[in-house]
Amino acid sequence: MTATPAAARAQIITRAPWREHAEEALIPPLVALLVAAICGDLLILSYGQSPAAVYRLLLEGTWGNAYGFGQVLYKATTLAFTGLAVSFGLRAGLFNIGGESQLAAGGFGAALTGLALPVGTPLILALPLCMIAAGLGGGVVGAVPAYLKTKFGAHEVIVTIMLNFVVLALLNWFIAGHLHVPETLHTPEIHAGVLPRLADLSSTFHGSAANLALIVAVLVAAAVWFYLFRARGGYELRAVGLQPDAAEYGGISVGRVWMRALTFSGVIAGIGGINYVLGYKHYYEDGFASGAGFLGIAVALVGRNHPIGVLIAAFFFATLSQGGLAIHAFVPKQMMDVLQGVVILAVAMSVPEVRRVLRSARRTREA
Amino acid sequence: MNPISFLTQMVRIAIPYLFAASGGVVAERSGIVSLTLEGFMLTGAFAAVLGTHYSGSPWIGVLAGMIGGLIFAMIHAVATIRYRADQVVVGVAINLLAIGVTRFFLKLFFASSSNSPRVTGFGGNINAAGFDNPLLWLGVLVAPVVAFVIYKTPFGLRVRAAGEHPDAAESVGVSVTRVRYIAVAISGILAALGGVYLALDQHQFTDQMTAGRGFIAISAVIFGRWDPIRAALACLLFAAAETFQIQLQGNHAIPSQFVEMIPYLLTIIALAGVVGRAVPPAALGRAES
Amino acid sequence: MSEAIKLERIGKAFGDVVALNGASLEVQSGEIHALVGENGAGKSTLMKVLGGLIKPDEGRVDVNGRDVTGWSTSDAIAAGIGIVHQHFMLVPTLTVAENLVLGCEPKSRAGVLDHRRAAEDVRKLSAGTGLAIEPERLIADLSVGEAQRVEILKVLFRGARILVLDEPTAVLSPPEVRELWAVLRRLRDQGDTIILITHRLDEVVDLSDTITVMRAGKTVARIKTADTTPAEIARLMVGREVSLSAGKRVQPLNQSAPANSDQGLVVRNVSVVGSRGIRVVDDVSFSVKPGEILGIAGVEGNGQTELIEAIAGLRSVAAGQILVDGVEITRHSVAKRHDAGLSHIPEDRHRRGLILEYTVADNLILGVQKSFARNGVLDNDRILANASEDISSFDIRPPNPILEARALSGGNQQKIVVAREMGRQFSALLASQPTRGVDVGAIEFIHQQLLDARASGKAILLVSAELNEVLALSDRIAVMYRGKFAGVMSSSDATEEILGELMIGARKGNAA
Repeated sequence: MTATPAAARAQIITRAPWREHAEEALIPPLVALLVAAICGDLLILSYGQSPAAVYRLLLEGTWGNAYGFGQVLYKATTLAFTGLAVSFGLRAGLFNIGGESQLAAGGFGAALTGLALPVGTPLILALPLCMIAAGLGGGVVGAVPAYLKTKFGAHEVIVTIMLNFVVLALLNWFIAGHLHVPETLHTPEIHAGVLPRLADLSSTFHGSAANLALIVAVLVAAAVWFYLFRARGGYELRAVGLQPDAAEYGGISVGRVWMRALTFSGVIAGIGGINYVLGYKHYYEDGFASGAGFLGIAVALVGRNHPIGVLIAAFFFATLSQGGLAIHAFVPKQMMDVLQGVVILAVAMSVPEVRRVLRSARRTREA
Repeated sequence: MNPISFLTQMVRIAIPYLFAASGGVVAERSGIVSLTLEGFMLTGAFAAVLGTHYSGSPWIGVLAGMIGGLIFAMIHAVATIRYRADQVVVGVAINLLAIGVTRFFLKLFFASSSNSPRVTGFGGNINAAGFDNPLLWLGVLVAPVVAFVIYKTPFGLRVRAAGEHPDAAESVGVSVTRVRYIAVAISGILAALGGVYLALDQHQFTDQMTAGRGFIAISAVIFGRWDPIRAALACLLFAAAETFQIQLQGNHAIPSQFVEMIPYLLTIIALAGVVGRAVPPAALGRAES
Repeated sequence: MSEAIKLERIGKAFGDVVALNGASLEVQSGEIHALVGENGAGKSTLMKVLGGLIKPDEGRVDVNGRDVTGWSTSDAIAAGIGIVHQHFMLVPTLTVAENLVLGCEPKSRAGVLDHRRAAEDVRKLSAGTGLAIEPERLIADLSVGEAQRVEILKVLFRGARILVLDEPTAVLSPPEVRELWAVLRRLRDQGDTIILITHRLDEVVDLSDTITVMRAGKTVARIKTADTTPAEIARLMVGREVSLSAGKRVQPLNQSAPANSDQGLVVRNVSVVGSRGIRVVDDVSFSVKPGEILGIAGVEGNGQTELIEAIAGLRSVAAGQILVDGVEITRHSVAKRHDAGLSHIPEDRHRRGLILEYTVADNLILGVQKSFARNGVLDNDRILANASEDISSFDIRPPNPILEARALSGGNQQKIVVAREMGRQFSALLASQPTRGVDVGAIEFIHQQLLDARASGKAILLVSAELNEVLALSDRIAVMYRGKFAGVMSSSDATEEILGELMIGARKGNAA
């Protein structure tokens, strides 16, 4: 086969590189948004309500008032952590479905630390210690699939799903058996490491659960961004996720990258536990992590595995969740559950389709 | 502990797993990841209650349940086969969608956030220990029937080829796409029947009533190494552990949480190859051909 | 004997790559016809046109006198064309009988698969053709030769009277090859027509009745086997029109001091075992001195890829030692081999050599990213500076370091790989198909880079399927055939004819 010189020149793309990136990255979420809006309209109409009115109520109840906005921020914080965890794993080509158990284990670790520390320990000391315990909890849970994948080639999707059940059952046993306050399924209130709520710091957000864990989430997002795009380890991790054969050729140990990626994915999710445990209820409660793992997958997907996208997507999904409550009088909040599933499905379907369409459009443009 | 009552309860508990696992085997053998069994089951449960409630006949409910499962299965099939979406993500989405849709319609039709009104089911004769329920017998027979189809029919041969080496199948004119669509449809209908049994046995639908049974079914599929009979035996094993724990309720020798863990731990062990390697169909999860 | 197949002036392009350009083929029924040519000559593509997998852009296809241009695979199968692929299309977990009847399964009443009849049909066919195989055996348990028998039975089962076999002996051991030849002869005697795609001269000469030679998408000759000689076939296969490199030879370097025997690349008794237990590299020994280019010529698939991968550390050796500058690296990791002074331009830049989604700058530090980081953080300024340097030294276009590698042409992508591998400290370089898919200007450039490296005392092992390239650049040339060095000679002793004959096994050379 001979490649003609004209052909070689024609393959060079002259426009700025970020434009294709942007196209492939942003179009799927926008498509999903559109599909979700249409579905939302249909569901609202089936309840005999007017979509415009409901959407306005949604916005008023979420971004339009201080309490609602605070609640959105609170929910977004947890989702940011699990979303960052999933996206971190995906960057290495690994699918971490264990967000829920890693989150719970992290919260558990934070609660135990908070109980063990003496009353009055200053936050400067207590918070890092609790965070380390939280990270450790999630990291241990994340290390199991990491090890099984590296050593035995066991597929991390099934292992993390299975481990979710195992770990949650184990934690339930700890609580129900030994550590719970009678008549409840939660630990006693922690002595140290309590994070102030945003409401405590300013009279706006009054009553909402948003707390300083939000700042931690943003910092962790920044750290993830820095690691992925500025650190050597991140360069190697992304290489393994994009083209493992080339990474191997370049001397990168794929197994070690996998080990690091899944374990740290667990650590990130684990730290997320502080949102509920340190910032909101001040105790560990059985079941607080429910659903956060799967939604984390949605957040990572819609956020296109980029820390900034994840933060935005977390905010979006939190808005949907809180919005459900706000519009409850008109349309059942269950509508939001449906929309969540629709959004994920729409994004999942549009990613390969958009890529295919854009690539063939580019090729014909050059011909 | 009466061995007869143990066995009968074990079988009753196993029926939803048997339905869903048998369906899961068919779909996974054709190369499509079936994390969706939970969602199909839940949909089937709700549709069955809806159908029974409005028609008065549980058989209409069965039909409705199967249709509900089929609809969701088709969504799964189109997304993964036509649109080549990531099969794991679609699985997660379908499960979430099932929860959302059932909740939404639960509110819409029954004005409740938690449960539907009671409906008639099958059987009801206390002395029959549930064995006068035709669905139970269907559930007992589904695994051998699926085994027969997989190993003894042309369709089953094509399913196995599609899951191991789709290119080879295409090269002899077999439409892998068509085979996979049918396989996923079967998984949807069978898993839904598992939910139908569950709901009609409890005579109502409650929010998220499947409570992870679909994932136990997947565990059975993996632990049974994608063979219908072995998966069915795994279902019985898991059901036995559950029955054990229920019947020993007073005796706290083994906490219930640890019994809960058994199916999942066994699956992890199977995947790690500690007791014989569980090797999935070679083309599982890759929708390109 | 009538014409079974006639393909005339077939043209086919994939995008801008021209695969077939006026190719033709005329096969009489009841003969064994060899279709011969190097990789990239277009043989497989032409057969895909015949088999209905590809539609030609130009030309005409006649089968048994009927115009069937542009038909589908099912049409072709129905008309009796059966293609036996190089990579078997068999489901490993199913039995022979199941694979054979897949898609046309015999059914008993109630739609049940009639296993007994399937087995019977297989046995009947097996006996009738002399291709012995047990219907109940699993494909995964079969030897390569047996699996190939099943592939052939598969097409015969569907009534094929015209068989196309694509490089059938590539993975067979000598006894299995002989068995296959007996089968093919028997089929031919029964009246079937056989087209054999091969580059192995012994098969061409011993088996075929007629030979068609293809080169660069065209048919260059059609001759009766009895009327030709091995030398002529080899010449037709590898001869070229005058090109830029034709006739060029490297000037011998004036080596001031006798080279230390320790230096350079030394490979001793290296064997590599392939996926089916066969030695794909069979006890190969050679050395490349500093300031020398050793070129390995040979048709692809004779072990060159595995040899390079073994030296590079991407594949383990079953036996033997590899040394760079006296340091044994046989069991070293890839990273350690880099440190020992080994560089590698891989033959598949898209899979091994580049991360297409990474920028040019990031690709230029792949493998050496550690030295561009301080305390674990990448030094972006240094990376960009390195990129600017490489881009200007190696004339990478467009000269934009933050462009994704995906956006560059094949030639410029290859320049990234070359810049990276030759821009760092190394004493031995593995260059595998360094100018494949690269435009003419970049080819010249890369060749000059290799020659400059040679002049500055590097030891270079060059593997290329382009004979001209090997002739133009090498001090010494080795020909690899079936995992062994069929011959090693100095460049001045090598001619296209001699090399061609070694490449297709026509002549036994010295393997020093």
